[in-house]
Amino acid sequence: MFNFHKNLNSLVLTSFLVFLGLTLIVAVIPAFQLQKTEPLPTMLEPTADELEGLKVYVSENCVACHTQQVRNIEMDQTWGDRPSIPSDYYYSKQRLNVWQQSPSVLGSERTGPDLTNVGKRQPGKEWHLLHLYNPRIVVKESIMPGYSWMFEEKTPDQVKETDVIVSVPKEYLSHPDNKIVATQKAMQLVTYLQSLKQTDMPGMDATAFIPSSKKKVAPANSSTAGEAVLPDGLALYSQSCAACHQANGEGIAGAFPPLAGSEIINEDNLETLIRIILQGYDARPEYGAMPPFGDQLSDEDIAAITSHERSSWGNSAKKVTAEEVRKIRELVNLSNN
Amino acid sequence: MKKNLILFTTKMSEKKVGLTILLSCLAYLPLAAQPTPNPSTNNWLASPGIIGTLVLIALVLMIAILIVVKRASSIMNFFQRKNEKVTIQKLREELYQLEEDEIDEVLEERKTAKTYKLTGDELYQGGKAVDRKGIVSSYTNDPQNPLVDEKKRSRSVLQIPVELKNLVVWYIGAATFWLVFGTLVGQYLGMKFMWPDLDQVSFLSFGRLRPVHTNTVFWGWASLAMIGLGYFVIAKTSNTKIYNYKIAWTTWVLINLTLVIGNIFLMSGINNGGGEYREYIWPVMIMFAIGLILTFYNFYKTIQLRKIEEIYISNWYIMGAMVWTIVLAIIGYLPWYQNGLGETVIQGYYMHQGVGMWFMTFTLGLVYYYLPSSLNKPIYSYSLGVLAFWTQMLFYTMIGTHHFVFSPLPWWLQTVAIVFSAGMFIPVVAGTTNFLMTMRGSWNDISKSYVLPFFLVGVVFYFVGSTQGSLQAFRFTNFVWHFTDFNVAHSHMTMYGIITFLLWAAIYALLPKITGNEPKQLFVGVHFWLAFVGLFAYMISLMAGGTLRGLSWIAGDTFITSVVLMQPYWVWRAIGGTLMFISHLIFAYNFYEMVRERKDAAKPAVVPMKSTLANV
Repeated sequence: MFNFHKNLNSLVLTSFLVFLGLTLIVAVIPAFQLQKTEPLPTMLEPTADELEGLKVYVSENCVACHTQQVRNIEMDQTWGDRPSIPSDYYYSKQRLNVWQQSPSVLGSERTGPDLTNVGKRQPGKEWHLLHLYNPRIVVKESIMPGYSWMFEEKTPDQVKETDVIVSVPKEYLSHPDNKIVATQKAMQLVTYLQSLKQTDMPGMDATAFIPSSKKKVAPANSSTAGEAVLPDGLALYSQSCAACHQANGEGIAGAFPPLAGSEIINEDNLETLIRIILQGYDARPEYGAMPPFGDQLSDEDIAAITSHERSSWGNSAKKVTAEEVRKIRELVNLSNN
Repeated sequence: MKKNLILFTTKMSEKKVGLTILLSCLAYLPLAAQPTPNPSTNNWLASPGIIGTLVLIALVLMIAILIVVKRASSIMNFFQRKNEKVTIQKLREELYQLEEDEIDEVLEERKTAKTYKLTGDELYQGGKAVDRKGIVSSYTNDPQNPLVDEKKRSRSVLQIPVELKNLVVWYIGAATFWLVFGTLVGQYLGMKFMWPDLDQVSFLSFGRLRPVHTNTVFWGWASLAMIGLGYFVIAKTSNTKIYNYKIAWTTWVLINLTLVIGNIFLMSGINNGGGEYREYIWPVMIMFAIGLILTFYNFYKTIQLRKIEEIYISNWYIMGAMVWTIVLAIIGYLPWYQNGLGETVIQGYYMHQGVGMWFMTFTLGLVYYYLPSSLNKPIYSYSLGVLAFWTQMLFYTMIGTHHFVFSPLPWWLQTVAIVFSAGMFIPVVAGTTNFLMTMRGSWNDISKSYVLPFFLVGVVFYFVGSTQGSLQAFRFTNFVWHFTDFNVAHSHMTMYGIITFLLWAAIYALLPKITGNEPKQLFVGVHFWLAFVGLFAYMISLMAGGTLRGLSWIAGDTFITSVVLMQPYWVWRAIGGTLMFISHLIFAYNFYEMVRERKDAAKPAVVPMKSTLANV
């Protein structure tokens, strides 16, 4: 009937129509349907600066190495509190302009970490700026490129009052007195990265992770053990603190204070230490501001982290219990109210 | 009493076993009802390594194919022997009917025939040896070639219109340039994994340069080479001339412009949104699309002008590739359904079909012509080719979403993609069988030719790479491999191992025939081995590293641990990449040797083509 091997029109037309039909079914129609997704009511519309930051993100093609999708398998729990859903992308995946389409932020390679929740995980502006200037200042093993062209190196008399100065260590400067100043592009990109936070969706079952079948070690019962068994302090420290204060507790000179040998860390009175962790800290102009961690870390987490800090890198103060942390948290909450 | 007790407990335990099995079945029921069957972590960790298994499977399959071929030929032998038996029977009957004297005579004759031995001077009866018919191409009194065997030379030159010759040469020339440029960029990117502070120049930063590498080798190298080689196939198999050369040259300019402008844009930070292979913005990519449409028109018209009734199978694939890719380019860039995750659905569709409908389909079309013509025999089965053609269209189109398994895309799309990925076995097995059966019986030619090894590697990778890709689409393997460097290994195995090797095969097969100049055999050999060994180093290191990295993620290690873990594998990847890049420089030199005008060299015999192609 079709006579494909002799009739070119029939061959071309059939392959065209069948392919087009399949394309409609498997690509165009689902695309139209997914495009209709509404944003979550709790989602905030991005600010102008955040959108500009997204454009920098696209222009530097960050999507080549960073994904923004928390898959619905348990191993991805590191990257978000829940699996990503289509609504999450409502604002970030609109067409950019006449020339550029909706950015492919989902990505296909995780050469670097997923960024879905990086605003929560890495809240500090100073850290982001240093990391962008040269990632190896804060993470020695990192292979991410430095974006030094988004910063200007100025001599002290060129620095204006409005300039955002990044406390880059001296060995990265051409003259020790020079200052590194972030350009608007860098600031916008950091604003965008800080805005990347998963919107809460309490009580929605449809977005649960598929659990891993790996056997979980049941936490030891604290009442029988006499002393509460705390989570792994080293692991928590690496996750939440090491990015700035470094794994060796030395911090980054001029950016993040050292914890090794620090008075606040080793003090018998825990209040200052725990308060700083809960509420953040920005009292010392020579260092960057520390964001608050009160919402992210539980009393047990904080106890484990501080115990680790007080017993490492030559520090030798006594351990901290969750109970002590709880008391100070109550105190902090009281004074806030 | 005790005995009884033991007996009792055994009985109980037997019952218990049954009960346990039943219970565990029940326990698994809700698991099975879950959307994803979730394999246990322990199993993958304990398994001796997914790569190992795959390599073994590939090995076993190759051996199996060899055995099948051997079996088939022994069956043929069996029938042959049967025939011989019949002949012997006939002879015996004849002997019975003969007189005794006659028998003696016959037997005597047979005896002399059976005991005949060569004396060694049958051909040489004194005097000087003279090659009167020009059969001997070279001879030596010192037959000790220390390094490599001499390969068969391409001895004939096809007389084709100068316009067609120039067209093919310029298309392949531009392709070669983009291959060298694109892989230079790739090589540089590979080094950045070890020395991230190699430069501080915005134009050369990793994110901007990566799409320059991929787009250049896609739209520059492979596409231009395919179209150039395609023009020859279309003209030759239709036994006619190209409909319009101007169109062909316009396309050449358009595609090269796309590459130049597109790459400059990418390096200045102007891209379409970062979707892989869609990084050129539409005002740039539209030139490529127009080039495609023009080429389609030109091919279509040429085939319509064919002097033979039937459309050769190569032209099915080439026309299919053209039609599908035009649809693909348009669907990929139209804006109306690409906000939100709509873009992601299209991205999966686009990036997979770009590979499957354009590169794979077109290249298969080329192989259907260049492989049999290099072996000087027809393709094994036309029907298998047709089966592979339609199944390629049916299955390949559906599987784009397998790049987004476990993503927020609809579950049904993911499932369809995975199921049809498995369906890809059909066109792949059909194609591989067809090519291997065409090569069957000519295995000895492979060691004597500098073209056929490229075909063999390409065909073997066609099977191994595509099959591995299907396996990678499964949810189980996605757990381990997704987002890791394993994907990079897979895409090099296919775009390089399949497409690039087959294109090289076709180029080495065609160019000496139309220009009359052969490359230096030693350099073709060096090109082949450097590319082959380099690809293996590249692939194996990233597959091993990617698997370990996936397992490290599953185990819940910190992310930076997995970066540190990858370091040695990235070094090996860069070493492999270096070998590949050097091989491309040698290929470029070989290309130059094949196309440069030589005045002094002796021309091989010119064979006029018995077709209208020669007369235009």
